[in-house]
Amino acid sequence: RYYEYMFGHSWRRMRGRRPLAARVEPELFQLQVVIEAGDPGCDRHPHLGSSEAYHLIVTEPVAILKASEVWGALRGLETFSQLVHEDDYGSFLVNESEINDFPRFAHRGILLDTSRHYLPLKSILTNLDAMAFNKFNVLHWHIVDDQSFPYQSIYFPELSDKGAYSSNLIYTPTDVRLVIEYARLRGIRVIPEFDTPGHTQSWGKGQKDLLTPCYSGGQPTGSFGPVNPVWNTTYDFMAKFFKEISSVFPDEFIHLGGDEVDFSCWKSNPEVKEFMKKQGFGTDYAKLESYYVQNILDIVSSYNKGQMVWQEVFDHKAQLKPDTVVQVWMANNYAHELSSVTGAGFTAVLSAPWYLDYISYGQDWKKYYSVEPLNFPGSEKQKKLLIGGEACLWGEFVDGTNLTPRLWPRASAVGERLWSSSNVTNLQDAYRRLTNHRCRML
Amino acid sequence: AENEPSWETPCSKLLVYVSTPGCDGFPSLDSKESYKLSVSKGSMLLSAETIWGALRGLETFSQLVGRDENGTYYINETQIVDFPRFPHRGLLLDTSRHYLPLRAILETLDVMAYNKFNVFHWHIVDDPSFPYESSTFPELSKQGAFNAMTHVYTASDVSTVIEYARLRGIRVIAEFDTPGHTLSWGPGAPGLLTPCYIGKTRSGVYGPINPIVNSTYQFVTSLFQEVSTVFPDYFLHLGGDEVDFTCWKSNPEIRAFMVDVGFGEDYKKLESFYIQRLLDIVSSLGKGYIVWQEVFDNNVKLRPDTIIHVWKESNLQYIKEMANVTRAGYRALLSAPWYLNRISYGQDWIEAYKVEPLSFEGVPEQKALVMGGEACMWGEYVDVTNLTPRLW
Repeated sequence: RYYEYMFGHSWRRMRGRRPLAARVEPELFQLQVVIEAGDPGCDRHPHLGSSEAYHLIVTEPVAILKASEVWGALRGLETFSQLVHEDDYGSFLVNESEINDFPRFAHRGILLDTSRHYLPLKSILTNLDAMAFNKFNVLHWHIVDDQSFPYQSIYFPELSDKGAYSSNLIYTPTDVRLVIEYARLRGIRVIPEFDTPGHTQSWGKGQKDLLTPCYSGGQPTGSFGPVNPVWNTTYDFMAKFFKEISSVFPDEFIHLGGDEVDFSCWKSNPEVKEFMKKQGFGTDYAKLESYYVQNILDIVSSYNKGQMVWQEVFDHKAQLKPDTVVQVWMANNYAHELSSVTGAGFTAVLSAPWYLDYISYGQDWKKYYSVEPLNFPGSEKQKKLLIGGEACLWGEFVDGTNLTPRLWPRASAVGERLWSSSNVTNLQDAYRRLTNHRCRML
Repeated sequence: AENEPSWETPCSKLLVYVSTPGCDGFPSLDSKESYKLSVSKGSMLLSAETIWGALRGLETFSQLVGRDENGTYYINETQIVDFPRFPHRGLLLDTSRHYLPLRAILETLDVMAYNKFNVFHWHIVDDPSFPYESSTFPELSKQGAFNAMTHVYTASDVSTVIEYARLRGIRVIAEFDTPGHTLSWGPGAPGLLTPCYIGKTRSGVYGPINPIVNSTYQFVTSLFQEVSTVFPDYFLHLGGDEVDFTCWKSNPEIRAFMVDVGFGEDYKKLESFYIQRLLDIVSSLGKGYIVWQEVFDNNVKLRPDTIIHVWKESNLQYIKEMANVTRAGYRALLSAPWYLNRISYGQDWIEAYKVEPLSFEGVPEQKALVMGGEACMWGEYVDVTNLTPRLW
C-alpha cells in the first residue's frame, strides 16, 4: 500500500521509465526492508512492549530499512514515504539520508466513541489509515455506552438486539475481526473499552436485572442506574461477558472504564443500602464502587488480560493490580493527578489535555502540540511510568459525516508529541511540516 | 371495493400551478416566493404566483412525504399557506482563503435549496488568492490564483454556478471587495495597489488599492464592466471592509494628496473618496450595490437604495448598528451573529436560532428596511474537506 501512497496519485506513473541513456542523476532502485529479530512478529499482534525502532539509510542504488521487528519496519516505511517527493516535472526524488528513529512513548492512542453515534466501518478503517500516517499505535475503541450498544455479543445477542440504535447499526463478529486485522497490519493495537458500572444504560435494554433499579419514596421509579453491584448474577454475567471479550480481542489489555459513576440511584435502592450496611461501607459509596471494580478486575485478570481504567478508579482507592494502567482524563490539575498515579507506582496514560471533541475556532492544534506530558512533579522512576497518551474524540457531536475532518489533522499534533523527542517543540517548523503532511494525508 | 386499503387511494400526481411563471428569468430581491400547498384525498395541488414560490413549495412537499415500515410512501392531508418573512436569505462562501472546487459550490447550492436559502453571496477573491478568471484582465488569476491551472473559476465554471443556482431559485451576488482585501490583485495588476514606504524608500510591501491615481479608476471601471455582464443579478457586493490605513499613511504621494484635497489626517475621507467613485462607476453600469458596514460607519455618500451589510459582532454592537443603519434610511442585511466559521463545542445552532433580527430599537418603517441576513462561512480554516459538515 505504501507504493500506492507514494506513486499512485501521479499521472507520470503511466509514462514508464526514462531510457537508460537519458539518466544522469543517481537513481534509487530499491528499498530493502530487513527485519532483524529471529521472530519478526508478522503473524502476531503488536503489544505494549513491541519494538518500533528503525534505521533508515537512503543512498543509491539501494536504500535499506532495518528494524528489529515488523512494527518498526512499518514506522520506517511511513517515514520513507514522507521523504519521497515529486518535482515539477513529475520525477520522484528522495534525499540521501540516514535516520535512526524510535518512539518517545510506547502508548500512542486515539479514542473513538461508537456509542454516542454509530460509526460505519468505513469511517473506522479510514481513521486507522490516518493513524498509521501519524505513527499512532493504539485504537482505544469506546464501543458501548449509555446511548447505544452496537457490539454484537455471541453469548448475549440481546445486548445489541435491544441496545443498538437499530439492527443495522451494529458491529458483527466479522466487523470486529476486520477492524482488528486492519489495525494489526498497520501496527495498531485495538483496546476495547466496556465501561462499567456507569455509562451502561444501553446494557439494561438487553440484559434484565443487570442495572440497579432506582427508588423514590420506597417504590421503584422504572428508571435504572449503574450496574447493580450487590447481586451475584451481575458477576456471573460479567464473568461470561468478559470471557467472550477476552477471546474476541487479542490485545493483552481491556479497558474497563469505571468513570463518572453516579451514586444517587444506588443510594435510593434498599437492597444496596442494606448491602452497604453489611459490608460496613457506611455512607461511602466510593467503597461500593471499588468493591464492584475490584471484582471485575479479578474476573478480567483470571482471563490473563491486563486492565486499563479511568482515573476515578484510582482516585476512589480501589485495589488495582500492579500493572493496571490508569488513564488520566480530568482536565483540572492533571499534572497533579499524574504525580499521584505514578507516585503510587501505577502506569499512566494521559488524555486530559487532548479531548479533541472540544472544538474551538482557529489553530487549536498548537495547544495540543505544546503539551509536555512529563511536566509533573515526580522522580525519574515516576516519569517512566507515564507510558504515553490518547487523543479522544467523544461522539456526542460526531458521526460518519464529520469524524475525519474533525479529528485530523489536529490529532497529528498529538501524534508528534507522543513519538518525537521532547525538544521538538518549534511551532513554526511544526506548522510548515503539518501543512505538508495534511496535503499528503488527503 | 373488496379490499379497502387502510390508506386512502394512492396519490400519484402533484399538480403545480404557477400563475406568472417567468421560468427563463432570474430570481430577484422582489421575487415573490409565496405558495399554497393543498393535499387532500385524491388531489395534491401546489400553487404559486411565481416559479420561485413553486420551488419553495416543492421543497416543503418533499419534506412532508414519509415512509412507513413497509416501505410505503405516505403524506398527511395538509393545507399550507407559506411565504418567507425576509426576502434576502443568504449564505456566504469564501473561495479566496481556500479554493473550493466547483462540486463543493454546487453541493452547497443544493443544500441551500433544501433550506430555502435564496442568495449565494460569492466572496470570490480576497488577499490570499484571486481565482476568478477575468476575460478583460487574464493576468489577475494567472498571477493571483493559488494555481492558475487548477485553482481558478473559468467563465464556464461561473456560468455553471449561476445557472445551477437559478434553477434552485438562488441569486448569485458576487463580491469583489475593495479597496482593502486586495493583495492578490497586485501581481496581475501592477500599479493598482499602494506601495508602502519605510521612511523615504519603498518597503516592497503593498497595501490597499491606490485611490489617488487615475489608472485605478480606469481599471475598476473595466473590471466592473465585465463583472456586471457576467453576473446577472441587479446587485453586486462591493466590500469596503477593514481598510488598513497604515500603508496609505506611509506613502508620500498619498500624504501629499491628502494635503492637496484638504483631508488632513482623516484617512476615512480618503477611503470615502475612493468608495464614492467606485459606487458611481457601478451605478452607471446599472447595478445596485451592497457594502459592508464600514462604508456606512465612515460616512460615505451612498445612494438611497444601498444595502448595508452588518457584520461586526463584539459586545452585541450589531443591534445598535442595525438601528443606526435603518434610522438613516438604508436597507440592512444581518450577518454579525451568524459567522458560522467561528466554531465552538456543542449545540451552537441554538444561539444562531435565537437571534431575532428585528430586536433593535426602531419604528416599524425602520424594521421594514431589514431585508434579511446571511450566514457566513469564511474560509481561513475551511476547504472542500470540511466545508459541508462545518456549514450544515
